[in-house]
Amino acid sequence: MIEMTDVYKTYSNGVVAINGINVKIKTGEFVYVVGPSGAGKSTFIKMMYREESPTNGNIIVDGVSLPKIRNTKVPLFRRNIGVVFQDFKLLPTLTVYENVAFAMEVIEKTPEEIKKRVMEVLELVGLKHKVRMLPTELSGGEQQRVSIARSIVNSPKVVIADEPTGNLDPETSWEIMNIFDEINKSGTTIVMATHNKDIVNNMKHRVIAIESGKIARDDLRGEYGYEA
Amino acid sequence: MKLNTLQRHFRESGKSLVRNGWMTFASVSAVTVTLLLVGVFFVIMMNLNHIATNVENDVEIRVHIDPAATVENQKTLEAKIKKIAKVDSVVYSPKEKELTNMIEGMGENGEAFKLFEQDNPLRDVLVVKTKTPQDVDQVSKKIETFEYVQSVKYGKEYVDNLFNVVNIARNIGVVLIIGLLFTAMFLISNTIKITIIARRKEIEIMRLVGATNNFIRWPFFLEGLWLGVLGAIIPIVLIGITYSNLFKYVSPKINIPFFELLPLSPFIYQISVILILLGGLIGIWGSLMSVRKFLKV
Repeated sequence: MIEMTDVYKTYSNGVVAINGINVKIKTGEFVYVVGPSGAGKSTFIKMMYREESPTNGNIIVDGVSLPKIRNTKVPLFRRNIGVVFQDFKLLPTLTVYENVAFAMEVIEKTPEEIKKRVMEVLELVGLKHKVRMLPTELSGGEQQRVSIARSIVNSPKVVIADEPTGNLDPETSWEIMNIFDEINKSGTTIVMATHNKDIVNNMKHRVIAIESGKIARDDLRGEYGYEA
Repeated sequence: MKLNTLQRHFRESGKSLVRNGWMTFASVSAVTVTLLLVGVFFVIMMNLNHIATNVENDVEIRVHIDPAATVENQKTLEAKIKKIAKVDSVVYSPKEKELTNMIEGMGENGEAFKLFEQDNPLRDVLVVKTKTPQDVDQVSKKIETFEYVQSVKYGKEYVDNLFNVVNIARNIGVVLIIGLLFTAMFLISNTIKITIIARRKEIEIMRLVGATNNFIRWPFFLEGLWLGVLGAIIPIVLIGITYSNLFKYVSPKINIPFFELLPLSPFIYQISVILILLGGLIGIWGSLMSVRKFLKV
């Protein structure tokens, strides 16, 4: 599903973020990306949905070679990828329903399709009763659920999450992780950058540790391995 | 693009005008102020031009025919003048008619000239109009060389000065209008830019969920259009009311030769259409320019 070959990334200010990475992630896998701050986790993740492009090397996601696709094709590629952020990135002026429906309007689905599917995913994340509320009226955990609902509403093959529990308390974090687990069980590949030691050590999945732009560790059913 | 999507764009552009209320107000105000300036200026310019054209069209060459000329000679002369390429029309005016015109033109004082009806000292005249007023000088000089021409008159200095003034006024007007338009565009695109910077997040999220650039542009495009058109309404209403009042009440009281305002009917509609188009174009241009920098994928 995701394959990186000899990937290097140097930013225009000279910072070397990724210094030679080779990795393969299979369809349906659940992968944690861990490592100290500034180690290159975010760059690693951003390159998967082509927010950043590598300076060297190749990245193939869902059969698409990212360094080669034209800028105009990026939106089409992104439709197969769901992205979840630490700060949720919801539109504050739209209701819960509209925030999720937005992702389907963008790819020009019919209103009937949109209504049906949006209610489906909102039920999955347990927010069906709050569709008319604004994000500001929700708790952090609820906002993250809206953001997850949005990321899966177009049934992507991969969901990429950048510290999705970073702003949440431990209990809420577990609720969120259970939703990701559900999504993964339905066959969706999940790549998640995280600092949450408790979650990584208790919900066992493959762990890729990145240090100084390189893969330091890659264990199936691994441990967090750093002091929290 | 699907019909649903187009509907969505219309709906979204409308909603976002309401949601970004203060920014909408700011942009519309900017458009209003500049279009009002442009509009007022335009009205003045068009009317000046109208008056100038009236004056110009009134310029004619009067060819006084030698009294020794026979009817035959006079016909030949008329034919010769008609043959000059730059001549538009030649009208023969016999001296009796010239005298009547003169008496009428003098009003009460004209009575005294009635005595001349017995022995008319005037000459038969050929009134020559040229295709463009600027040709008057050249054509007169040519006519002067013809046989049986006693004298040629067209008020040389007066005409030359007029042309100079009119041309300078026109050029200044064009420069000022272009300058105003540029200021307007700059002002409006900056205002819209501020509103769009505030909505950077929206664009970022649209891009993340796979919206194409055109899809993102559409609502902004429409929004710019609405802003411009909304901004054109107040100037149109103000200029319309003021101008029709000027036309009705003030214009008839001013008694200067050639001073005459452009008639209301086509002019006010022309101005309205021009202002709406300008507003729309400026709005669209401003919003597309501003959204552009956020669309670099």
